[in-house]
Amino acid sequence: MSDSHSQHIITPTGTYVAVFVGLIILTVLTYVAAINDFGALNTPIALGIAALKASLVVLFFMGVRYNTPLTKVVVISGFFWLIIMFGLTMGDYMSRSWLGVPGR
Amino acid sequence: MDQQLEASVLGMWVFLVTEVMFFGGLFMAYILYRYWYPDAWAAASNHLNVQMGAINTVVLIISSLTMVLAVRAAQVGSWIGQIVNLVLTIGFGATFLVVKYFEYAEKFEHHLVPGANFAAPTQVIAGHLVHNHANVGNAEQLFFSLYFIMTGIHAAHMVVGIGLMSVILWMAWKKRFSPGYYGPVEVSGLYWHFVDIVWIFLFPLLYLLGAHLSTGAH
Repeated sequence: MSDSHSQHIITPTGTYVAVFVGLIILTVLTYVAAINDFGALNTPIALGIAALKASLVVLFFMGVRYNTPLTKVVVISGFFWLIIMFGLTMGDYMSRSWLGVPGR
Repeated sequence: MDQQLEASVLGMWVFLVTEVMFFGGLFMAYILYRYWYPDAWAAASNHLNVQMGAINTVVLIISSLTMVLAVRAAQVGSWIGQIVNLVLTIGFGATFLVVKYFEYAEKFEHHLVPGANFAAPTQVIAGHLVHNHANVGNAEQLFFSLYFIMTGIHAAHMVVGIGLMSVILWMAWKKRFSPGYYGPVEVSGLYWHFVDIVWIFLFPLLYLLGAHLSTGAH
């Protein structure tokens, strides 16, 4: 490409279609996993598949893999802080019963 | 132009991070109440229409594909490609909302809307789904409250997205976009995909949570 300044990396249609097929397969997989009883593992499996699907959308459809490092940091920090909120809040609620004190 | 696009994309992502936190608060409520009332959550989840939820999941994934193809059409300078894919994206978005309408209507008919007329037909006792004679169901009402708030706010985002895409379609129709300038298509696409991601988490967490119980109960 001669004028590389105004030219962006254009992803081939085939890549997008492949990602789309992957998302459909993972949707079927999440349903099949849900109708089977894996005990305590049902939710982690569902969340694992959902996280994988979300990653595919973020990296390919939203094109974050081609974005600047600054944008990548913003994206990652957003989800990272979300995990902190879940972690700290549940860490509080789940550990309350450990103390045999009234008013917990 | 490159720098402008990078700045727009960064700005959109900063907005999307606030959206992550916005939906994050609702997911936090979901996690905590589910931790407190796991059986009520599993029983109530079984009253959601998995078929409609699955159809909507596929509809949204297809709309994400047409969205990304619209951006690509702008990048390669295809006018007809932009128009066709944007119309399809809006069409699939509208399809999602129509399915949602029938789903909500079904919930009203089955008395599954929180309030004075709420009636939970089943509950989970010792890991089994059983008919609910005593008609208890306050925790189930919590599930349905969160179901309506989370899917309702998600649907509101879909409405905004369709409005956004209509503006982009109009701009594309006027031939505003070129391989050198397609920022608005790209940035609006980011919003569209984000709404898709929210649904990717809502579908298994709301609809499929108790699916393994129903197979034994029927």
